[in-house]
Amino acid sequence: MLRYFAQRFIFMIITLLFVSVVIFIVIELPPGDYAERYAYRKLASAGQDVTEQDMINVRHEFGLDKPAPVRYFNWITDIILHGDFGESFLFNVPVRNMIGDRIWLTMALASTAILLTYALAIPIGIFSALYRHSFGDYLATFIGYIGLSLPNFMLALVLLYFSVTVLGSSAGGLFSEEFAEAAWSWPRVVDLLEHLWVPAVVLGTANTAFHLQTMRATMLDELNQLYVDAARARGIPEWKVIFKYPVRIALNPIVSYLGFDLGKLVAGAPVVALVLSLPDAGQLLLQALLQQDMFLGGAILLMISTMIVIGVFISDLMLAALDPRIRLGET
Amino acid sequence: MTATTIPKGKRTAATLPPDEEKLKYFTARQWQLVWWRFRRNRLGLLGAGILIIYIFVLIFAEFLAPYGGTTLDSEYVLGPPQVARFWDENGFSLRPFVYSVTTERDPVTLAMIPTIDNSKRRYLQFFVRTKEYKYWNGNLIASDLHFFGVDEGTIHLFGTDSLGRDILSRTMYATRTSLTLGVVGVLIAFVIGLVMGGMAGYLGGQVDFFIQRLIELIRSVPDIPLFMGLAAALPKEWPPEKVYLMITLILGFLGWTTLARRIRGKLLSLRKEDYVIAAQLAGGSNARIIARHMLPAFTSYIIVDIVVYFPYMILAETALSFVGLGLRPPVISWGVLLQGAQNIQAIELAPWLFIPVIFVVFAVLGFTFLGDGLRDAADPYN
Repeated sequence: MLRYFAQRFIFMIITLLFVSVVIFIVIELPPGDYAERYAYRKLASAGQDVTEQDMINVRHEFGLDKPAPVRYFNWITDIILHGDFGESFLFNVPVRNMIGDRIWLTMALASTAILLTYALAIPIGIFSALYRHSFGDYLATFIGYIGLSLPNFMLALVLLYFSVTVLGSSAGGLFSEEFAEAAWSWPRVVDLLEHLWVPAVVLGTANTAFHLQTMRATMLDELNQLYVDAARARGIPEWKVIFKYPVRIALNPIVSYLGFDLGKLVAGAPVVALVLSLPDAGQLLLQALLQQDMFLGGAILLMISTMIVIGVFISDLMLAALDPRIRLGET
Repeated sequence: MTATTIPKGKRTAATLPPDEEKLKYFTARQWQLVWWRFRRNRLGLLGAGILIIYIFVLIFAEFLAPYGGTTLDSEYVLGPPQVARFWDENGFSLRPFVYSVTTERDPVTLAMIPTIDNSKRRYLQFFVRTKEYKYWNGNLIASDLHFFGVDEGTIHLFGTDSLGRDILSRTMYATRTSLTLGVVGVLIAFVIGLVMGGMAGYLGGQVDFFIQRLIELIRSVPDIPLFMGLAAALPKEWPPEKVYLMITLILGFLGWTTLARRIRGKLLSLRKEDYVIAAQLAGGSNARIIARHMLPAFTSYIIVDIVVYFPYMILAETALSFVGLGLRPPVISWGVLLQGAQNIQAIELAPWLFIPVIFVVFAVLGFTFLGDGLRDAADPYN
C-alpha cells in the first residue's frame, strides 16, 4: 500500500511539473511579449513614444531578456515560494488578488455537480440494469443519449429560458443581488446553495448520462456472473445479493473516474459561466483569454489543473482502498 | 438437428432451411457478418441515416441553401421563421407558399416587428436559377441552380439574424465547416493515436511505459481550458482560414490519447490470441502477422473508435467558437452561428437563433447511435 501511495505521489509531482511547463508555453505563445504590451500600454497611453531603449529596459526589469528555461524557473519559484502569479495586464492588479474567492466558487460548483452526478447516476443505473427493457430503462437510456449530445451551454440557455418565462426569476449568477458583494456569512452560503443547483445541473448532465450508461453496462455484465447465482443459492436476501456483490464492482469505474470527472466539470465551467454569468474562475479565465491576458489566464489554468491532478491522486487512493487488486499491483 | 454451433440470436435469414442457413453463416465473410448484425440494430441504422443526410448537406450546401452564407436581406432583419403552408382561408394550393412579410423597427422599443401580409402569397419554386455561386466556397464548378426559392421576394424558413442573413442557408454552410473540421481533427488524432498506441502495444516494455505515462500526463491537463489557452494565443490578425487550420490542429493534437489507449489495449490482447501465437509458431514474420492476422481483427474496432470520437470534436469546436475563442466570422460554423444567441435577451427576442443547435444535437446523436451500433456489430464472432 505504501509503495503504491509513494508511486502515485511521485507521479502526481511529475504531472504537476509537466502541467506547469505546458501552461508556461501557453503563456508565452502569443506573438509579442509581455514587455511590448506593457510598454505600449504604460508609455504610449502617457503620450510618450516607445523607443528601443525603453523596450530593453522593460525587458530587463521583468527578466524577459533571459532564456526561456530561466524565465520558467523564475515564474514557477515565484508562484511556489511567494504565491506570486504575476500581474494582470487587463486589470493592473496582482493576479493573486483577482482569483481569491473565485477558484473556491468553481470548486464548490464542481463538487456539487459531482455529488449530483453520483446521486442520480448510481441509483438510476442500478435500476436500469435490474429492470432491463422496462419503460423506466428506456426513459433513462433516452435521457442519457440526449444528455450526452446536448452542448452544456445549450442546456444552460434552456434552463435560463425556463426559469425566466415559467418561474419568473433569473437563474443567472451565483448570488442574489443583496449578497453579491457581501462578506461571507451564513445567509450568504444559503443564498449560494439556492443558486448553485442550476449550474450544477447544467455541468453535471453529460457526466450523469455517461456514468449512467457505464453503471448500467457493468451491472448487466456482473448480474450474469456465477457468483451472483451462488449468493442467491445460499439464500441471501435479494437486495443484499445486489448491493454487496455486483454494485460494489460496478462502482469501480465510477470511482476511478473521479479525477477526470473533476477535470471535465471544471473544463466545462467557463462556457457555462459565460451563459449563466457566474462570478467564478471560469468566467475570469474566459475574459483573460479573450483579451490575451496570459498571466491571469495562465494562473487560473495552473490552479485548475493542480486541483484536478490532486483529484486524480485522491481517486487513485480511493480506488486502491476499494479494490485490493490495484493496491497489490496486479493490474 | 444435432449440436448447432450458431449462437442464439445470430441467425440471419430465418426463412432459409437450417442447413443452408448454417452454410450461409459459416461461409460469410467478416464484413458480411458485421453488416448482418448491424442491420438488426435500429438505432444504428437511424444514426447512419442521419449522417447520410448530413453528408448530403455537406456536399451540396450551395445547391440546397436558398441564399449565400453572407447574403443580407435588409427587408427582413431578425425576422421569425416563415411557415410554408398548403392552404389558408383563401383556399388550397398544391404548391406550398409563404406569406409576404417585412420587418420594421419599433421606434420605442427598437425591437424588429414583422408585418405579415396575408393577402400576398409567395409560391415556392423548385430548382430555381437565381444567384450564381461556385461549389466548395467558390473554388469549383460555377452554377446558379438552387433547390428552392420563391417566385418573388424572399423566403426564410428558419428566420433571419440581426443582419438579415438567412439562418437556414447559414446552418447548411456551417454543417460543412463543422463536419470537415471534425473529419480532419479526427484524422490527425487517429494517425497520432495509431502510431503511439501501435508502438506502445506492439513494442511494449520501456516504450510502452513511456507512452503510457505521456498519455496520463496529457490527460491530466483539463482539455477545454487548454484548448482555450492555445486558441487564445492565436494572433488576432490571422486570416480566418489559418485560424480554422490551427483550431483543427489543436483539437487533433490533443485528442489522440483516447484513441492511442484503445489501440494499445486491443493490440496487447490480440498478441495473446491463440491464432497469433499459432502464426508466430508457424514462422510468420512480424509484418505478416500484423498485416494478415492482427489488422483484420482490429480494423472494425478502430472504425468504432473513430466514429465514437466525432461528437467530442464537434462539441469542442462548438463550445470554443461559441465563447469566441474558436473560429471567427466570416467563417460560418455551428459555434459561430450560436454566438448570436449567448444570453437570455437573445432567447426572449429571437428564439429561432437557436435552430442551429438542433443540427448539432442530431449530428452528435447520429454519430453516437452509429458508433453504438457498430460496436455491437464489430465483433461478429463473439
